[in-house]
Amino acid sequence: MGLLSKKDTKLITDPLADNNPITIQVLGICSALAITAELKASIVMSISVLFVLGFGNVIISLMRNIIPSKIRIIVQLTVVAALVIIVDQVLKAFAYELSKTLSVFIGLIITNCIIMGRFEAFALANGPWKSFLDGIGNSLGYGVILIIVGFFRELLGSGTLLGFPVLGDPITKTGLYSIGYENNGFMLLSPMALIVVGIIIWVQRSRNKALVEDH
Amino acid sequence: MENKTDKNSYTIIFAIAMVIVVGALLAFTASSLKPKISENQRIEKQQNILYAMGVNDNDEGSAVFVSTKDAPELFDKYISKQLVIKNGTPEENDKAYLIDLKKDKAAAGGDPSKRNLPLFIGEKDGVTYYIIPIYGKGLWDAIWAYVSVDENMVIKGAYFDHKGETPGLGANIKQRYFMDDFIGEHLLDDNGNFKGVTVAKGNADPTNEDKTDNEVDAIAGATITGDGVTAMIKSDLKLYKPYFDNLKNN
Repeated sequence: MGLLSKKDTKLITDPLADNNPITIQVLGICSALAITAELKASIVMSISVLFVLGFGNVIISLMRNIIPSKIRIIVQLTVVAALVIIVDQVLKAFAYELSKTLSVFIGLIITNCIIMGRFEAFALANGPWKSFLDGIGNSLGYGVILIIVGFFRELLGSGTLLGFPVLGDPITKTGLYSIGYENNGFMLLSPMALIVVGIIIWVQRSRNKALVEDH
Repeated sequence: MENKTDKNSYTIIFAIAMVIVVGALLAFTASSLKPKISENQRIEKQQNILYAMGVNDNDEGSAVFVSTKDAPELFDKYISKQLVIKNGTPEENDKAYLIDLKKDKAAAGGDPSKRNLPLFIGEKDGVTYYIIPIYGKGLWDAIWAYVSVDENMVIKGAYFDHKGETPGLGANIKQRYFMDDFIGEHLLDDNGNFKGVTVAKGNADPTNEDKTDNEVDAIAGATITGDGVTAMIKSDLKLYKPYFDNLKNN
């Protein structure tokens, strides 16, 4: 690795699997349940968090030596809120269509616990470059889970992927529907997202016993 | 071993400085981008109105507006008249499409006679469309729509939109399969009284062949958004009934 040292690479790859923010740290569950009813929303949310967490981590890291420790959470909140509002305004002015797709996610980004978690746990103690990589790694790890959950929920709940019907037409009974298959409407509701996340956690821990806590 | 960032005085100064810097930054961004944003919103309204009267670039399954570049020109071409109905009296006003329904509703305080009701009359291929903007609330935030009807208050087209409904559920009111269900639905019952269109769960007509049942099929998992649509249609479109009664009598 020319550009990234071995330690830097780990910052990106660790959150993808063995230190995944959703399945291991159990952060960001709220948005993972709320917006994964379709694949497109999952992808858009992942990209939005990638931007905010990448830059937010750098900003917090640059400020880490001057932030008063007593009000550091408020400072973090202010940084992420300001960042999100600026991005929202710029999109509204120059990419109006995209901003309409994003509108609902903007508020959810601010409340995403992964962002506050990484500011607090990593950016306050590390340099900007490392913090940037950590932000990218964690948002990718978040995105991977979101996309997996979104994939299954949209496929089994609506019979489509990214809005394209892949299983046939449920109303005119073509494709899979002609042999009696039905969409599972329950997949579209949040409880099923929790169950899908639970299954991912189960699969991950059964493949890697080191992740299972002893009691 | 107290370091300087733990001092109360430092904390207070830092907080004040941060508020000033961030506040100034946000104020600057918002005010410098405002003209561009309101221009985008104005064009979007024109696109919505044109969409409801069938002037759009729809392909098979998705809802596509006319391009932002062409919208102002097409708006002038197809929308022949803009009216504001106040206490039963229609008046022409070519800025009617800029009326903010939310503010107007709030100012009227539930008294329909104080409302400024916008109505757009469009002509396409010799057919007259009456386009009505409506506004209501969904699960999380505002929902609104542009509905075009004919003289008998039969729906000819509809465009729904929302501010923050749940993606994949309530947000699907702006999908073609939901909006297109409204086309052909009657707002009046068989006796000519206003009935609206109900977004109904478990309705016996999921493929929507019966257009006189005053019902369309609901979206699974989006009950509150659907109820919001029903309520918005009932309360807002009803206000236009007298206009259409007059139209028929004259």
